[in-house]
Amino acid sequence: MEEHIVIIGNGISGVTTARHIRKLSDKKITIISAETDHFFSRTALMYIYMGHMKYEHTKPYENYFWKKNRIELKRAFVKTVDHANKQLQFADNTMMSYDKLVLAVGSKPNKFGWPGQDLEGVQGMYSKQDLDMLEKNAPNNKACNRAVIVGGGLIGIELAEMLHSRNIPVTFLVREESFWGGVLPSGESGMINRHILNSHIDLRLGVNLKEILSDENGRARAVVIAETGEEIPCNVVGLTAGVSPNIDFLRDSGIELGRGIKVNPMLETNIPDIYAVGDCAEQHEGINGRRPIEAVWYTGRMMGETVAQTLCDNPTEYKPGHWFNSAKFIDIEYQTYGWVFSKPREGEIHFHWKHPDDTKCITINTEEATGKFIGINTFGIRMRHQIFDRWLTEERTTDYILEHLKDANFDPEFYALFEKDIVAHYNKTYSKNIQVKSKSWARIFSKA
Amino acid sequence: MKALTYIGLAIFLIGLSIFTGSIFLGNFELKQSDLTTFLENKGIENELLQKELQSAVITGEKMDIFTFSSNVRGALEKNNAHYDALIAKYDAEKDWTKKGEQYQYRINDKDFRAMSFSLAKKSGTGFVVENRGLMWFLTFGLGIIGALLFILPQLKLLGPPGIKNNGVYHNPATNRGWIAWLVLVYLVVFYIMLYFMADYVVNWTFILDPISKALSGGEASQWFVYGFLYCVIMIVMAVRMYIKYRHNKYQVVRTTSVLFFQIVIAFLIPEIMTSLNMPAYDFKNAFPLDYDFFFDWNLDSLINSGGIGLFILVWGIVLTLVIVPVMVYFFGKRWYCSWVCGCGGLAETLGDPYRQNSSKKMFSWKLERWLIHSVLVFSLVMTLVTLYCYFTGASSFIGIPSNWIKDTYSVLIGAWFAGVIGTGFYPIFGNRVWCRFGCPLAAYLGFVQRFKSRFRITTNGGQCISCGNCSTYCEMGIDVRAYAQKGENIIRSSCVGCGVCSAVCPRGVLKLENGPLDGRINPTDVLLGNDVDLMDYVNNKNAS
Repeated sequence: MEEHIVIIGNGISGVTTARHIRKLSDKKITIISAETDHFFSRTALMYIYMGHMKYEHTKPYENYFWKKNRIELKRAFVKTVDHANKQLQFADNTMMSYDKLVLAVGSKPNKFGWPGQDLEGVQGMYSKQDLDMLEKNAPNNKACNRAVIVGGGLIGIELAEMLHSRNIPVTFLVREESFWGGVLPSGESGMINRHILNSHIDLRLGVNLKEILSDENGRARAVVIAETGEEIPCNVVGLTAGVSPNIDFLRDSGIELGRGIKVNPMLETNIPDIYAVGDCAEQHEGINGRRPIEAVWYTGRMMGETVAQTLCDNPTEYKPGHWFNSAKFIDIEYQTYGWVFSKPREGEIHFHWKHPDDTKCITINTEEATGKFIGINTFGIRMRHQIFDRWLTEERTTDYILEHLKDANFDPEFYALFEKDIVAHYNKTYSKNIQVKSKSWARIFSKA
Repeated sequence: MKALTYIGLAIFLIGLSIFTGSIFLGNFELKQSDLTTFLENKGIENELLQKELQSAVITGEKMDIFTFSSNVRGALEKNNAHYDALIAKYDAEKDWTKKGEQYQYRINDKDFRAMSFSLAKKSGTGFVVENRGLMWFLTFGLGIIGALLFILPQLKLLGPPGIKNNGVYHNPATNRGWIAWLVLVYLVVFYIMLYFMADYVVNWTFILDPISKALSGGEASQWFVYGFLYCVIMIVMAVRMYIKYRHNKYQVVRTTSVLFFQIVIAFLIPEIMTSLNMPAYDFKNAFPLDYDFFFDWNLDSLINSGGIGLFILVWGIVLTLVIVPVMVYFFGKRWYCSWVCGCGGLAETLGDPYRQNSSKKMFSWKLERWLIHSVLVFSLVMTLVTLYCYFTGASSFIGIPSNWIKDTYSVLIGAWFAGVIGTGFYPIFGNRVWCRFGCPLAAYLGFVQRFKSRFRITTNGGQCISCGNCSTYCEMGIDVRAYAQKGENIIRSSCVGCGVCSAVCPRGVLKLENGPLDGRINPTDVLLGNDVDLMDYVNNKNAS
């Protein structure tokens, strides 16, 4: 009898785990989800509301895929994990036993105890259920005259864009003095502030939510701003102040918890045969300067790729490579490779270039003493992941990177290129004389 | 702004209604002299036919086109019935000589509509014929003005440049709703009329006679109407493309290219060639999409047209055998399918609002491969038979009659598949139904692209978030995401390189590019970004 591997959670990390176990073995695999019958792309939920896609389109695999690959799907809510007997108990009190358990339970939106946070019309934007709720709460601008969004992160700006696509007026409350100011350098953050305002979203910087007011039916009718006491009437309040691991059901399980499920680099919990991957996993110490919890799409996928090896007798440590990420702020795409912090750390300097049209800019972080390249943020310009990954591995200098910047450009053909402008600005700023080399396929495809 | 679009829509619908309604207008009275000239020009010496036609359409009564057409066809049928009876009679009498003589007086059933069209063209009277300029304005004019009023405000309404597919799946026009079905029915009926009942739409040709005369010196046929309409629709819908993708230079350049090739190469140059007494030829239309290039009548016409004819003959062969594959090697099949081709041109302009409706299911991919390769084989067999018969004088080859296979291909593939279904089904099955399931040239280009080409869509390492925009908006029904989320480059024979997957990607994951063959196909199980040792371990294990 093949070993039974049970995975709780059908998001990217759980599903990647299952797919890779199947590639490597004939083990029995079951994926349990309380959210949906099938895997879908969480990051695409916004496009369903905006009408770019239907729910069906967000499923990366057709429905037959699971049966064909002998991956059992179970729609159920796990109430408790009994690791002594290797059993799960579901909400309907039925049981399932496992040989190995992978926790891929994801996150839930943060709520900080604001008065009125549980009123009707107040919601997060994380799950399929949240999307369905938003469709009810804000189908159009007649049912929803104004929405207020609390929390200036990636989900916040996405929710703003979603509501705006249906012509619903949006007020966007951001605690920082600038949008995503804790992550982005000020030049970039300032550009995004202006882009949000140009997109007719009422962005309020440096303000906190005091409370959400209720109407006589227990529905949100307004929010109150802490700093000014201003009351903003609205029908929908979006709480998007980050997410945290969805681990309440594990409180008494004996599995070691911090903010998330504590794991070692092998993605093992303190209990034998129980692993955790994705948003819910918390490393004892961050790897490679990464945070202990990373709620990012691709880290979930990578943990799934890794833990599947371990489960199939090839014990493998989770060793994410160089940091990278991407996002889109309404119409401006953002990519990052390596580390760029909102303020340069000790011994680091930022080089910033911005296009006069105020929709494209880059910031390069350099180690001042050695000139070593540490990271880049790009806005409105696409870059080649492979190239930057190689440059980071090779520990190239920023001078080298600027000289070869054309190799890294990933914009569609015929796009205007800005390497010359960028390097000219760099030369002027640091009194250097770097010449941009033309793009070389040989360099791009050379195997380092 | 919003109001302007509604006004535009109303004007467009008025223009469309007048255009559609115009086929019911006018009276058709044939003059005796016109009939005589017509029969003389056709070389028909058949008194019975002349008499039947006289009594059918030179009645002194005013007829609409439908009565006129039915009377002409009635006359032709009576004529044929008469000679069929004679044939049967002589057959019974075993008088083979006399029996054989009768066949020349029969009119081929296929030519009924064409004769009805030609006679109607000579006999039209009434408002449309007398007011061609005004009618042009009320149909094409209002259509263009209305459509532009509907489209131009998008410049403001869409907001800042960027991908704005908002509401595509909430709109009954683009989400297979009732509007889409109405458009489908309209297009299908339009194509059926155009291909099989051209005499019913003879009034449209009157509207365009002045333009046709100015260009080629001749009167407008239904094909001129189609060509002109094709260009007008592409120009207007290209304006929409320019606005929608104004942030994306690849789309802007590509749209300009298809416009140029349609208007200049496919429409104007052939018309000018006709005016110069040359055989009309669309220099970009490559065999086997140009399926009748090797038909006997075309070969004869080219051979008898002197230097230009021979040039076209050589060009046509070199285009298919050399230019097409070499260009696909360097740039992928996109150089043809989404930069040059007329079918592609319409798909990328008129069809763009429907691109999301092409099915991404595995089943459709299987169906696609069966169908498109069958059509390729069909076209090659047909050409082989035709050429064999052309050079040997035989009427059939390997048991296949040349005329039969040509007619079958022309009707089934040329008219039904490429036209009625290929374009008519846009609103429900996506804008590349023909290109994806039927086009034999696309199948041929696809082989080259798949096995020997520098073109690929590069996947940007580990940046894909599996959102599905690329797959949803792929007009060829390719599940782009299936590759992107594995970090694999997209190398598919069907990809026409429209570039929209790259445009709609929110994370900058996809780039169409031409590069070295080495490393073009990159199988990856573990993606860039994960542990280098693990990537090597898994990917090498799988590769070996």
